[in-house]
Formats: sequence, structure tokens, C-alpha cells
Amino acid sequence: MPWIDACAIDDIDEEDLIRFDHGGATYAIYHGVDGRFYATAGLCTHENVHLCDGLVMDFTIECPKHNGQFDYRTGEAKRAPVCVSLRTFPVKVEGDRILIDVQ
Amino acid sequence: MGKRDYSLFGADAKRAVESGLTAAEWYHSDLPRKAMKDLMARSDGPAIRDTVLLYGLMIVFAAVGIALWPTWWSVPFWLAYGVLYGSASDSRWHECSHGTAFRTPWMNNMVYEVASFMIMRNSATWRWSHARHHSETYFVGRDPEIAVMRPPEMLKLVLNFFGILDVLKFFPNLIRNALAGPTASEKTYVPQSEWGKVRRVAQIHLALYAASVVLALALGSILPLMVIGLPRLYGAWHHVMTGLLQHGGLADNVIDHRLNSRTVYMNPVSRFIYWNMNYHVEHHMFPMVPYHALPRLHEAIKADLPAPNRSIADAFREMWQALKRQLANEDYFLKRELPASAKPYREDFHQYVPGIMAPNAAE
Repeated sequence: MPWIDACAIDDIDEEDLIRFDHGGATYAIYHGVDGRFYATAGLCTHENVHLCDGLVMDFTIECPKHNGQFDYRTGEAKRAPVCVSLRTFPVKVEGDRILIDVQ
Repeated sequence: MGKRDYSLFGADAKRAVESGLTAAEWYHSDLPRKAMKDLMARSDGPAIRDTVLLYGLMIVFAAVGIALWPTWWSVPFWLAYGVLYGSASDSRWHECSHGTAFRTPWMNNMVYEVASFMIMRNSATWRWSHARHHSETYFVGRDPEIAVMRPPEMLKLVLNFFGILDVLKFFPNLIRNALAGPTASEKTYVPQSEWGKVRRVAQIHLALYAASVVLALALGSILPLMVIGLPRLYGAWHHVMTGLLQHGGLADNVIDHRLNSRTVYMNPVSRFIYWNMNYHVEHHMFPMVPYHALPRLHEAIKADLPAPNRSIADAFREMWQALKRQLANEDYFLKRELPASAKPYREDFHQYVPGIMAPNAAE
């Protein structure tokens, strides 16, 4: 699977995320407080809630429904009610574009 | 729909899943992302201020109550202490279960555990029951926190103003949890990884209540129980009063919180005790907005919501009429008018799901 062009770097504020849909799946792309970009699966592992409506604090994304929290760098589940970690995807920046490897 | 089955294992629970109701997406008012981020932003300041004030007042009221015990002069101080113990603990439990009261996680967890003990809820169980309440608000057979079932049982509602039924249910359950972990019903919403914690929390709570009873027996006085335990009875009225208004008389099995939740303007004292949960439609629609930002959220989306009730008394009048009608017709619910600026109620889902709601039940 080739790298997928997801969005421009200016599309995401620092310490925020956007939703990206591709090939019938949904992803969340983050602009971290360290200036780097990250990508995870777009739905919370607790229930099918889009993480793009949640709040990014430091390196944590919290689900907008129940405040389940993940470290979006590793996908690690950090706070109940989430028990299952989030899948992460490699990200690279080419020029002003963000690409993710969704394989 | 007719007769409702509120059992978590019943026919309505099964139907809610099979019909797709539990998987449906809830309606949300539109709000720009930047405004939403500002509203969801966390801080420790407001909750530290309110927590210091709450526990400070509790210490003062209890100290004066003890000093004046057993004279009648102590009664007003016990009543004030009781409301803070038996009602404010409900809103603290609630907000901290969402993790939105404080920015700092250990502060949320600490207040959550203390409040859970005071309001007599197993902190490991109720975190999950409340998650279900938000996912499936007032879905019959799925939501374990439905306060007013249909037809309404008026005597039970009155008894619970004094916490009687809650407490009678709590202690047998506490002992069961302490000995064997969660019950079969609790296991439907508490994941297996948490069952051990349910048991440990119950054992700690049980030990604290046992110690209070032993102290009372040793002193030959109920005074220790006036401080720990009994305020859950004599101070429960405020949280029951406000809690009934949250959803009472409104729709069930819908996916639009404007249809099943109620926002009520309240006096500042009740809002302190209730931690702004009078903005209940707003809270359900955007549960990650902290309590201190709910008035701002209300201003931002009120054009899309039914008009709030003007006072607690106004809301009770409205709810009481609806509950009386539900005694005769379980399918009746109060459907409040939306302003012209609002998007129409999201009713598309239940209109095509057979058996979920009788046509023309609402008026």
C-alpha cells in the first residue's frame, strides 16, 4: 500500500486533530505539541465514536463521549472506559503535505 | 410500545440492540471546532475553589452540629451538612466520573472516590453504568440509570427524597459486591478486567461503614452516623429533586437529547450543589464540556434548544403534569416546542423502527 496523501500541514492546528476518511476507513491525524504529526484509527475502541470531536491535551486524545483517553503517539489506552489500545499508523511530511501509511 | 420492560436482560433491551437503536448516532447542535475546543478546555482552578468551599463548609457545619448535639439548635447545621454530603456528593461523583472537573487526573480521581463513598455508589461499578447512561440515554432496558420509569411509581419517588430505597438497595448490593464481585446485571456493563476492583472498593466501603457503626455502639450515640452514613438519607432531597428533572416526563428511546433531557434555570445555591447540571441538555449533548463552562455552552447553542424551564418550581409543574398522564398512558411524553431558529427534532430513526414507539404518542 503506497503512502496516502491525507492533508496539508496547515490543516491541523498544533495540539489538535482532524478526521481523514479513506478506503472505507476513518483515521485521526494529530499535530502534536512537539510539532510532529501522528495518525491513529479514527474511532474510539470503547464505542464507535469519532475521536475528531475530542480534545487533545499534550499527547493525549480524549474521546468526546466518555473521556476514554489514549496516547496518540503509541495508541496506548490510558483511562477507562477504554481498555483496548488504538491502532497507530506511520506518518511522514513531504513539503507541506502529510502522508500516512494505512497498511 | 405499551408496557416497558426495564430489565437489562429483558425484551426491550434485546429489541433496542436488534433494531439498531443502540448503534444510532445522536443529534448534536452545530458548533465551530474552535469554540468547542475553548469550551472543552480543562483547568483546575474552578474545581479547587469549589472543592475547598464544599469540604470547608462541611467541616464547619459538622463541627457546629457536634458542638450543639444533642440540642435542637444543632438541627439547621445537620440539615446544611446533610445536603452537602447527601446531594453535593452526587454532582461531584458525576462530574469527576466524566474526568472534567479538574485538569489534573489525580484530583478528579480523589474527589470521585470520596464522593462515591458519600453517595453510596461503588466507584468501580458506577463509572461504567454512567458511561452506558450517556451512550444510551433513556433507552428502555439498556440505560441502568433511568430515574423515572413508566408508569411512574409515585411512592418510590417520594421515598427516595429521603434516600430510603437507594440505601435499602445499596447495602445488600455492597455486601454481595464485597463477597463475590459484581452482580449478573452489573456484569452487563462492567468489563471483566474491572470485576476485581468492584470487589475491593466494596470491601473498603463496607469496612468504613462497619467502623462507623462500631464507634456509634462504643459511644452509645448515633452521632458518628450523623457524620457518616445518615446524611445520605437526611440530605438526599436536593439531588433527588434536581435529578428527577433531568429526564422526567420526557421521551425515551430517542436519539436527540433535546427530546429526552431538560435544562432548567436554577438559583446560585442549587447550582453550586448541583455543579451546573441544570444545563442538562447541553451536558448530554457535549459531555466533555466541564461544569464551569456549561453556562457558556448554553449561550452558544440555546437557539437550537427548547426554551429552558424558568425555575425548579416551573420544571416540577411541567414534569408533574407529564408524570400524571404517564400513569394512564405509558407512551405519553412531553415534547417541548423548538424555537424557529432550531433544527427540527431528529425523529427519523424511531419512525421506521417497528415496536420502538407508538405513532402519535407525543403531543
